[in-house]
Amino acid sequence: MSGAGASTLNAGAQIGAGLGDRLSTHLLRRQYLLPMLLLIPPLLWFGVIYLGSLFTLLAQSFFRLDDFSGTIVYEIGLQNFIALLEPANLDVIRRSIVMATLVTIASVSIGFPLAYMMARYTRGTTKAILYVAVMLPLWSSYLVRLYAWKLLLAKEGAIAWLVTQLHLSWLLEAILSAPVVGGNSLSFSPLGTFVVFVYMWLPFVILPIQASIERIPPSLIEASADLGAHPRRTFWTVILPLAMPGIAAGSIFSFSLTLGDYIIPQVIGNSTLFIGQVVYRQQGIAGNLPFAAAFSIAPIIIIAIYLWLAKRKGAFDAL
Amino acid sequence: MRSNSALSARPSLGLTLATIGGVLFLHVPLALIVLYAFSSEDKSYVFPPPSLTTQWFAVALDRVDVWNAVTLSVQVALCATALALILGTLAAGALARSKFFGRDAISLLLILPIALPGVVTGIALRSAYHSADIPFSFWTIVIGHATFCIVVVYNNAVARLRRLSPSLIEASMDLGANAFQTFFYVVLPQLGSALLAGALLAFALSFDEVIVTTFTAGQQTTLPIWMLQELIRPRQRPVTNVVAVFIIAMTFIPIVAAYWLTQRGDDDVRR
Repeated sequence: MSGAGASTLNAGAQIGAGLGDRLSTHLLRRQYLLPMLLLIPPLLWFGVIYLGSLFTLLAQSFFRLDDFSGTIVYEIGLQNFIALLEPANLDVIRRSIVMATLVTIASVSIGFPLAYMMARYTRGTTKAILYVAVMLPLWSSYLVRLYAWKLLLAKEGAIAWLVTQLHLSWLLEAILSAPVVGGNSLSFSPLGTFVVFVYMWLPFVILPIQASIERIPPSLIEASADLGAHPRRTFWTVILPLAMPGIAAGSIFSFSLTLGDYIIPQVIGNSTLFIGQVVYRQQGIAGNLPFAAAFSIAPIIIIAIYLWLAKRKGAFDAL
Repeated sequence: MRSNSALSARPSLGLTLATIGGVLFLHVPLALIVLYAFSSEDKSYVFPPPSLTTQWFAVALDRVDVWNAVTLSVQVALCATALALILGTLAAGALARSKFFGRDAISLLLILPIALPGVVTGIALRSAYHSADIPFSFWTIVIGHATFCIVVVYNNAVARLRRLSPSLIEASMDLGANAFQTFFYVVLPQLGSALLAGALLAFALSFDEVIVTTFTAGQQTTLPIWMLQELIRPRQRPVTNVVAVFIIAMTFIPIVAAYWLTQRGDDDVRR
């Protein structure tokens, strides 16, 4: 903005020599001055409030809670992080990572065909309708959508009704009695938690994939066909690799959002804990802010690693 | 616009079915909520509803606790949106066209509040308030909301600024306008609808936020917190159903408006 205008500005400055003009010349002559001035307020906000809070969180994680008085002892120590390595806590972390991975794989598998259809086979009104159909759930209320699944998955709810109508109750019962995924009813089973997670983050996964498929030059696909590749081969060797940044970008959302969520497993699922729930309970009911802080460092580290991997796949260019 | 000649011009049956399935998966649950708001059953989530009634809308309208929660949520969302609008626009203006050392780090910092799990942002703010002895208040909620709303405004503004042809700005300056005149007469009118869209989305995001809010609200009840309490311990299912429909309406309108503004605005810029 500033570089191109600077040379032409001398003429403008001579016509009117008002304060605004002189200030404006001054700003535009020094290429970096204007962006720097604009950046001060947002940087202050993020630097003081956001980074400040994150550093407080980090500091907090080295303190400890006095068991008798219930107050925080401000001495630096690693006891919280040692406690983090107890088998029960490692279990929570492992379970959260497995769930986040499975949810990500499922969201990409369901989302990719939709994104592909939107990007390559629709235009005009159909495209707009599909786009709004994906965007509305993305922006509409998280809690309301969760509530919808409470209605759907309830023992007397719509899915159970549909299953009965189809005479498939035996199948549902077989699934619910299976170890690990099963439970009393769908709304109290890990399977239910999984389905709701996929539902919640699906739109976040679709949009970046759609954008990245749209950016693939049609000439590349034509060239692949001209050179004799079967459409299936074109898909695997041309389209999929070029859509990878979008897939990586979308997967950041599903992975990170699953890892940190504590409300979905609390409403839908059995009582097994995920990272978010432990953090929430430790700071709330237990009042152990230092341990909650230490525990919340775990998802930050896992997501940092994930972001680093995604960046190598070009995810940040596709956001 | 572009030819799809290389792969067949029509989608395969499998792709069409997968798309329809995906769209149904996304929308059937929401449609169900609307149906339940009219259900005459008030003790369970039984499907199909035994009969339909509109009595619950009147019951919900009389509830003071619901109205208080709505008022608080609207006030928080308005303040958070105003803050996000100012800070997000400034950041977009600074980062849209310029390249300097640390630029990528700053844009990463802006998306961090939505890239990191809400529970991290929530507990970070909670421990900062705790350490600084700041008691929970209206503003502790607003600060949390504004932090993750900034990126929404920023994204909208930055996308529009990048589409804006540099020749418009150059022409304005060649004709003798200074930077401020150029901003107010050339850039801002082009940016207006993108900012409005960003503001609407920020409002919808804040109005609905629950994860960060549970850490920064103390004893205050925003509408999502009211809803969460009902989700964990359902006590008044019919009222909850009506409130859910109300929330859907409250968030759908700004979202559709924002979409329309973005599309129309981008067309104007391109023309």
